[in-house]
Amino acid sequence: MGVEIEVSDLNAWYGTNHTLQSISLRIPANHATALIGPSGCGKSTFVRCLNRMHETNPIGRVTGTVRVGPTDIYAQASPVEIRRRIGMVFQRPNPFPTMSIYDNVASGLRLNGFRNRKVLDEVVERSLQQAALWDEVKNDLKKKSGASLSGGQQQRLCIARALAVDPEVMLMDEPASALDPVSTAKIEDLIFQLKSQYTIVIVTHNMQQAARVAENTGFFLNGKLVEFDATHKIFTNPTDKRTEDYITGRFG
Amino acid sequence: MASTTTAMPPPLRARASNRFLRVVVNHLATAAAVGSTILVMAPLIAIFMYLLFKGASSLNLAFFTQVPKPVGEVGGGMANSILGSGILLAIASLMGVPIGIAGGIYIAEYGRNKRLANMVRFTADVLNGVPSIVMGIAIYTLIVVPQKHFSALAGGVALGIMMIPTITRTTEEMLLMVPLNVREAALGLGVPNWRSVLSITLRTASPGVITGCMLAFARVAGETAPLLFTAFGNQFWSTSVNQPIAALPLQIFVYALSPYDEWHRLAWAGALVLIVLIVVSVALVRYVAGRGVLKGAS
Repeated sequence: MGVEIEVSDLNAWYGTNHTLQSISLRIPANHATALIGPSGCGKSTFVRCLNRMHETNPIGRVTGTVRVGPTDIYAQASPVEIRRRIGMVFQRPNPFPTMSIYDNVASGLRLNGFRNRKVLDEVVERSLQQAALWDEVKNDLKKKSGASLSGGQQQRLCIARALAVDPEVMLMDEPASALDPVSTAKIEDLIFQLKSQYTIVIVTHNMQQAARVAENTGFFLNGKLVEFDATHKIFTNPTDKRTEDYITGRFG
Repeated sequence: MASTTTAMPPPLRARASNRFLRVVVNHLATAAAVGSTILVMAPLIAIFMYLLFKGASSLNLAFFTQVPKPVGEVGGGMANSILGSGILLAIASLMGVPIGIAGGIYIAEYGRNKRLANMVRFTADVLNGVPSIVMGIAIYTLIVVPQKHFSALAGGVALGIMMIPTITRTTEEMLLMVPLNVREAALGLGVPNWRSVLSITLRTASPGVITGCMLAFARVAGETAPLLFTAFGNQFWSTSVNQPIAALPLQIFVYALSPYDEWHRLAWAGALVLIVLIVVSVALVRYVAGRGVLKGAS
C-alpha cells in the first residue's frame, strides 16, 4: 500500500546553484500528484530528492526533512533502503541493454540477492501484467533484450521493473515525454490503475496530462513551490497570479 | 519558410558540373577506403601465407607430442613449449585480467577527479610504454634473484604485468561509455553502488572489456624478451611453476638463431603454431562471450 510523503523546508543545490528553495508540502497516500512548471524550475530535482537520487550527483546537496510514511529518509535510512521502497521511472526509457525482458523485470530482486525462481516467475508475470505489457511480451520473455522493444514498451518495461520490488511510492519523471500519443495514453491509463495501490508523484510538462491523472497538482517556478492544491482548483481557479499565467499559456 | 527558401543555394540542376565532381569524389573516397582496407590486411595475410609456406611442411604429429631432440638428431617437437606457453599465459591472465579490470573500475567509477586515479591512469600509460626487455630485467631482479632460480612463475608475472595497462585503460574507456541513465536505473531500484558497478555497468561494457583483455593476451602471447631472464626456457617436460619452463616464442628465438637447417624449419613451424593458437583462442573467447547475447541487445 502507498504511504504519505511529508516534505518540510527542503533545499537542494547543484554546486552553488540553489535549485530548490524551502519546499514544504504533503503528498497524500494512494493518490497521484502532478508537478508542473517550466523547464529548469526544479520539479525533477524535487522528485530526485524524494528517493535520495539527487545526492548521486557529485555536486548535489540537500537540506531539510522528507518523511515517507513513518521514516525520515535523510536521518533514519540509507539511500539504498529508501530507493527499494520508492520506485522511480525516468524520462527516457532505460532498460538494462544486455538483459532479457525477464531479467530486466527480475533485476531489482535479483541484484538484492533474491534467487527463488518460482517466486521470481510470479513477480515478473504480475509486474508485467500491472504494467500492461504482459500480453505483448509473454512469448519472448527470455529471448529478447529489453532494448529491442519499442520506446513505449520499454517505458512500460521500466515501470514493471520498478513495480517488481513492490515499492510504496512511484516517482515518475516525465514518463511519457519521449513517447508518442498512443503510448502516452497507455502510460496514463496505467497511472490511473496504479494509484489505488501506490502513492504516485508524476512530473510532467503536459498540463492536460496532469489534469487527467492527478488529484493534486503543484506548480514550481524558479526553484520555489508557488502553489499546491487540488488539480481542478489549480486549473480552474488558481490562487496565485503566476500559476494562472502559466496554465493559460502566458509564459513557459 | 519564405526567408529560408531565399537563403538556399541555387537549384542542383544549375550545378551539373558539381554533380559530376561529387560522383568522382565519391568514387575516389570509396577507392581510398577499400585501398586502405587492403593495406591493413595485406601484412597479416602475407605473414600468414609465408608462415604456411615455410612452416607447414615441418608440422606433423611429433611436433605436437615430442620434446626437442638434442643437436644432430632428426625430429623432435615443441610439445613442451606449447604447454609452457599455455601455463605462462594462464598465470599472466590470472594476474593481469582481474587486476587490470579492477584498476579500470577504480579509475572510471570511484576515482573521478581524484589524484590517485590520475596517478593510476598515468602509471598505466607509462607502464604500457616500458620496453618488454626492461620488464624482464625488473622481474629478474624482483623474483628470480631472491629465489635463486628461473621459473614459470616469474615469466607469468612478467607477462601479467604487461597485460595490466592495456586492460585497465580499455576497461576505463568502456565503462565511461555506459550511459548515465543505465546506472541511474540500477541505483533507482535500490541496488547498492558496488553491485550496480559489477552487475550492471561492467556487464553492459563487457564486450569492449573482453576485447581489451584479448588484445592484451594476444600481445603478450608472442613476447620473447620478458621471458629471457624469467621463464628462461627448458628443453624437457616441465609443468612446475617453480622450474624454468619452455615457451613457444623462446623456442622459436633459440631455434632461429641456431646454425642448423632442421631447427630453422622447426622455428618456422613454431611461429605458425603460435599465430594459429593466438587466433583460435581469441576467436574462442569471442564465441563463448557472444553466446549469451540476446536478440536486439546493443
